[in-house]
Amino acid sequence: MIKIENVNSKKRENIVGYIFAGPSIVGFVLFFVIPFLISIVYCFTQGVGDLQFVGFENFVDLFQNSAFQLAVKNTILFNVISVPLVIVVSLGVTLILNSKIKKASFFRTVLTFPLVIPMASVIFVWQVFFAQTGVVNGILLKLGIVGPDYLQTGWSFFILVFIYVWKNSGYNMIIFLAGLNNIPKEYYEASSIDGCSKTKAFFKITLPLLVPTIFFVFIISIINSLRIYREAYLLSGQYPDSSIYMLQHFMNNNFTNLNYQRLSTASVIVFVFVGLAVYYLFKLQKKYEV
Amino acid sequence: MKEKNKIVSVLEYTVLIIFAFGALFPVIYMVSNSFMGEEEVNAALQNFKFHIIPDCFTMIQYYTILIRKPDFLLRFWNSVILTVPIVIGQIGTSIFGAYAFAKIEFKFKQQIFFMFILLMIMPYQVTLVPIYIIMKKINLVGSYASVILPGIFSTFGVFLMTQFLKSIPDEQCEAAKVDGASHIQILFKIIMPQCRGAVVSLAILSFVDNWNMIEQPLILLGNEKQPLSTFLSQINNNELGMAFACGVMFMMPSIFVFLNGEKQLLQGIQHLDMK
Repeated sequence: MIKIENVNSKKRENIVGYIFAGPSIVGFVLFFVIPFLISIVYCFTQGVGDLQFVGFENFVDLFQNSAFQLAVKNTILFNVISVPLVIVVSLGVTLILNSKIKKASFFRTVLTFPLVIPMASVIFVWQVFFAQTGVVNGILLKLGIVGPDYLQTGWSFFILVFIYVWKNSGYNMIIFLAGLNNIPKEYYEASSIDGCSKTKAFFKITLPLLVPTIFFVFIISIINSLRIYREAYLLSGQYPDSSIYMLQHFMNNNFTNLNYQRLSTASVIVFVFVGLAVYYLFKLQKKYEV
Repeated sequence: MKEKNKIVSVLEYTVLIIFAFGALFPVIYMVSNSFMGEEEVNAALQNFKFHIIPDCFTMIQYYTILIRKPDFLLRFWNSVILTVPIVIGQIGTSIFGAYAFAKIEFKFKQQIFFMFILLMIMPYQVTLVPIYIIMKKINLVGSYASVILPGIFSTFGVFLMTQFLKSIPDEQCEAAKVDGASHIQILFKIIMPQCRGAVVSLAILSFVDNWNMIEQPLILLGNEKQPLSTFLSQINNNELGMAFACGVMFMMPSIFVFLNGEKQLLQGIQHLDMK
């Protein structure tokens, strides 16, 4: 009798669980899972209306497409440069903020501010600064250097890196602060009694215990860096300098001519790539977890 | 030793002040420039000039965008129409979903939650294609709904709230269950009062993200339905003064939300661990 009741209550929990999670699951299935499955079909077919199976032809075409190659190259390059940079900068600032500094909460507020500032607004300031006759070139001119129109050249890439760091440091800083607060103070007391220097304490205590946080910040930073199109678009529109031609530019240009096959193939490739990257990162994290 | 400490702390403050200045500077520059006439802004731009204090203070730009050019208000309204339903809808689905994922045991829970996280991580390059395909199939491309619906069901909200609800002890729910409370009662009487901070934090993050949306409207909406975020980028360079004023108006709601909920926002982000 008791057993039956148990089974029943388990069944009921199942149903209740699905009722509560229902709306989000239905939305997830309707707006992502089903259409994603459709786009997988597009990946392996060609033609409109009456679809023909073509195997991996779409993938081969895409990999040979020079615009796609450029977009992938830029996206990867951007990740490789900006992600470590933003981690180092935000960790550095966090460590300073955490070192018993006065007015720490004021600085924290100010430094997280860029997180909420709409990029569409401040982009005008960057444009004025980096224009041909802008402020930066004004300073250079005083030193006798004639600067370029930065946004029309490869400098765009570095401006984009700068904007990325400007925007995302605050976010990472908050996560790092939480991570640092989770490290028991006793560890530092013990190490200072043992005569450990602060530098040594950082490398022997702080850094190892911060590894999970760093991993998490790393993943967040990659996610944000894959969304840099937003800033790139605001900075230079649909057709920017080739140094900041990102994957989303490629996608947008293909949306205009509604090339479903190519769009689907690209989206599935990015999905697999990001999925694998995150999977291995998590695996790596488990290995290093204390 | 003391001497050295002093040098270090001076250095630390210097670094912090530089960063703080860097964080605030664009906003200050923009606000101050929005109170200049068009000629003044342009003159500065054409002469390599760093120009932050208005020569002659004027509200003309605000007058232009608020009264003379209805375009701006129209776009502002578009932004509101797109953002507000997403934020409200997302909070609703997230609270219920999060309760299920954090406090109820059901089949395939872990697997579904994992897929939610996976989707959350995916950039627009992945998600927009399926969304476009389905919107085309149900004939919604070009309507506000094509942006709003996927926005409501973005899995980020469920994830954030779940992480937060996990930090509320299960014993509280168990005790209520023993007293005969239903799940709905537990959610509204026990959980909700404790997760106001998390809801505020989700509201801010969702608002800021959607207020700034670029990718979705560019692909899914026609020209006259574009929100302020994409419209701003199309302002002509010789209307920079007006652009500054628009930019200031555009960031007002974000700043307002931030200043009123900073504490909750910080707590919310700190809960964003993927354990």
